[in-house]
Amino acid sequence: MGMNMKTKLRRFHQATWDEPIIFELSRKGERGVLVPQAEKGIEDVVGDGLSKLPRKLRRKTPPQLPELSQMQVLKHYLRLSQENLGADLNVDIGQGTCTMKYSPKVNEQFVRSPKVSALHPLQDPSTVQGILEILYKTDLFLREISGMDRFTFQPASGSQAILAMASIAKAYHASRGESDQRDEIITTLFSHPSDAAAPAVLGYKVITIYHDESGLPDLEALKKAVSKRTAALFATNPEDTGIFNPRIDEFTKIVHQHGGLCTYDQANANGILGLTRAREAGFDMCFFNLHKTFSSPHGCGGPGCGAMGVTEGLSEFLPVPVVRFDGKKYILDYDVPLTIGKVRSFYGVVPAVLRAYAWMMSLGSEGLKEVARVAVLNNNYLLKKVKEIRGVGVPYAEGQHRIEQVRYSWETMTQETGVTTDDVTCRMADFGMHMWSSHHPFIVPQPFTLEPTESYAKAELDEYLAVLKEISDEAYLAPEMVKTAPHNSVTHRPRSMNLDHPDRWAITWRAYVKKCEKGLRKRIV
Amino acid sequence: MAKKKFGVHPYIPNSVPEVQTEMLREIGAGSVEELYASIPERLRLQKNMDLPEPLLSESELKKHVEALLSRNTSCREYLSFLGGGCWQHDVPAVCDEINQRSEFLTAYAGEPFEDHGRFQALFEYESLMGELLDMDVVNVPTYDGTQAASTSIRMAARITGRDHILVSDTLAPDKLLVIRNYCRSDLTIEGVRHCPVTGRLDLKDLRGKISKRTAAVYFENPSYLGCVDDQGEKISDLIHRAGGISIVGVDPISLGVIAPPSHYGADIACGDIQPLGIHMHFGGGHGGFIATRDEERFVREYPSRLFGIEETALQGEYGFGDVLYERTSFADRDKSKEFVGTAAALWGITAGVYLSLMGPKGMQEIGKTIMQKSQYAAKRLCEVRGLSLAFPDAVFFKELVIDFNKTGKSVKSINAALLREKIFGGMDLSEQFPEMGQAALFCVTEIHTKEEIDRLAESLKRILGTGRKVRAVNKGKRG
Repeated sequence: MGMNMKTKLRRFHQATWDEPIIFELSRKGERGVLVPQAEKGIEDVVGDGLSKLPRKLRRKTPPQLPELSQMQVLKHYLRLSQENLGADLNVDIGQGTCTMKYSPKVNEQFVRSPKVSALHPLQDPSTVQGILEILYKTDLFLREISGMDRFTFQPASGSQAILAMASIAKAYHASRGESDQRDEIITTLFSHPSDAAAPAVLGYKVITIYHDESGLPDLEALKKAVSKRTAALFATNPEDTGIFNPRIDEFTKIVHQHGGLCTYDQANANGILGLTRAREAGFDMCFFNLHKTFSSPHGCGGPGCGAMGVTEGLSEFLPVPVVRFDGKKYILDYDVPLTIGKVRSFYGVVPAVLRAYAWMMSLGSEGLKEVARVAVLNNNYLLKKVKEIRGVGVPYAEGQHRIEQVRYSWETMTQETGVTTDDVTCRMADFGMHMWSSHHPFIVPQPFTLEPTESYAKAELDEYLAVLKEISDEAYLAPEMVKTAPHNSVTHRPRSMNLDHPDRWAITWRAYVKKCEKGLRKRIV
Repeated sequence: MAKKKFGVHPYIPNSVPEVQTEMLREIGAGSVEELYASIPERLRLQKNMDLPEPLLSESELKKHVEALLSRNTSCREYLSFLGGGCWQHDVPAVCDEINQRSEFLTAYAGEPFEDHGRFQALFEYESLMGELLDMDVVNVPTYDGTQAASTSIRMAARITGRDHILVSDTLAPDKLLVIRNYCRSDLTIEGVRHCPVTGRLDLKDLRGKISKRTAAVYFENPSYLGCVDDQGEKISDLIHRAGGISIVGVDPISLGVIAPPSHYGADIACGDIQPLGIHMHFGGGHGGFIATRDEERFVREYPSRLFGIEETALQGEYGFGDVLYERTSFADRDKSKEFVGTAAALWGITAGVYLSLMGPKGMQEIGKTIMQKSQYAAKRLCEVRGLSLAFPDAVFFKELVIDFNKTGKSVKSINAALLREKIFGGMDLSEQFPEMGQAALFCVTEIHTKEEIDRLAESLKRILGTGRKVRAVNKGKRG
């Protein structure tokens, strides 16, 4: 039996292995790998090596790790992998804001080459000229894409890039003697939570600008918020609604007039590559998540890279080292006069940079623009079709085209059927699809956010749409089917009996076993 | 008609012009350009981006990238003794097999039922690390060991409501830079001296610096300079008596043979998981762990995801979820505990695979082998005229500092000479710790053979002009 090409619905069931926790698979004495033993010539000279350790520092009982043979470890984790739904397998457009796209396999071959994986970061620079050139050239590419003047790849995520930008704002104002005075940052409600949370770590008071009816950040609210206490603006454009703020340059102008810096969260820049840039909009800093727009895979949540760019005037604050080219060779330069220091060890997640480099080299200037154009085309196609599904609403910007994503609402359907967006999320899994449950901040009622990027074929978008429509039909005709979903996923709806209770939560297997033994919670299996 | 500006690209299915035309018709737009109507002309980029001509075929791309990479010389080609925060260990094939699986590599944040595998693998990672550290709470990994240390410090500051932090002055300068930046607004970071002979923390100095303002003492075992400190209990006592918190940074690969920090009074243990089955990746292979006891006052202060085991709607089925989700910045923007997001999950899964393969025996054996080989290296290197251990009375694990001051040569010049012999010598400490003069940190792990260690010693003898006859045992084995 094949997929019904007419209804575009799959008869899907995800693998359910009922896989035990690895500790339950342990059999005393089994070995997964053997470890090199010191040669006899070494043992003759130094003995067992352990007697040197002070007695109280010797571990008395071995760690209670499970004991398994190699194939059994492999099998366990392969089964767990089958119980996971990666972008390579599903039409991963339901995780809006995250820019789930194709991570080309050839780039995986590059990063897995020992010419990358077996490089130590402190090798003599003459032995790492290839990778340094890639870091340098990727910097040059991103300068073109953003209009910024220099990039660092040290931040290992968007959040860490936000922290780095906030650190530079601190150092910049300190260099002008205004650090104490400028103790506030301004962000918008539809920006990522880290735009508020990371600056707060550095002691900044966070002022959040709400949006007006159009869904765009309120310019009047900004005018009220900005003052000589403003250190920086942290803005996203387009925000998670996919609506481009055409007055963004007024925002940056106003903040500049008050002496603040303007930073641009471009974690996701997928819809605007080559079309509009941080520089033209008046920003002083920006960052790109190489694991979003630039194709490095998400890896279940990292490692990633928040490539951060600054204008010339701020380059003396960059974290060290920076990669420079002296005309003959690439060097790691620690001589950055007012550097903020470091935000992560060494030079960041270099494999992510290599992947981004190779991805850009495979597309070129026109190709990057085509990425953006098709991401926008896909999104507006989806928007048109999703709007036709019963029970769906599209808050804000009625009748306008959107950029790369849209935050939709099931509010009408919920009111009419009692089926919520959480229910739909659960039911989507029965068709091998994902619809994310996270839409912070939860302003739009019963939200779902779709971002189809450039990676998905029209037929795949149609398939996703068919599933949404099917579930909407079910909600109106047979809501129990949706309310009790998932039926064909790995497991069933999670409960929340123990997660918020100190006596019962268990963050490790040992804690779980102890709490069960004490009778604080019930054994699950 | 959609204008054809760019050919069909294999990464962009809907770059096919006919498909674009069809989709535009559905949308009711004449061109893709129309879809950008909301971006005003003044904000448009008025030129083409100046990027190289694309290498459209995979074949050309491979040629280009491989040519660039061929200009690197890896630690597989040369013999490397570099450590200092990134270490060359063996990576079992199964670790690479699992972390290249599409299901893990390309997933992000699926729901607990459809991404059950990710949740379970990371819960198991937490649990395996919990056994290694003998602690009940471990986070889903943060960025790296430097972030783990920084967050541990901020957790301690929040728990105690204090703002003074004491750190060992043997910390990696880079780690200190990260900590200082992360704590720049509200915490004072003060160094505690170390004993120049043993490399251990100077307890007298520590006593003098602990006050009622002190939130925590952070020290490392082994230290950045490789020295093991057996005063953990005393250090923890001292800070506990002052109402502060004891934080210990630790190399997880040492914990099969060395007692974990929880055994000598540490409240928070942290470190980097790169040694556990993750390649060096030019510094890209890091992940940070933070572990504590299972007490609410600690758990509430984690910024990280903490995956807990939970029931599902189906009786008898394992499920997983976030413990105290409301702590995180996902839930509560600027009022949260620091921030959370993409960090190093894939490396967490990998480290879990590694610990599952190693088991208790593997971790004991690798610890022993590393102790033996590093001690052997110390012996051999100290036989070279002019070389000695910078910390003569230290017990070290994996890394050791060699004093080159008596050679009359700089570490820089010696390393340049070693490079000509296809050896990456020890990390030059002369700028990081000027008070030690010319000194270098050598890293010796389970991967180094006796022959390779001998080769290093012989090369150094040659370079330092003390080319005495090779010892009988090594005849014919010179590299």
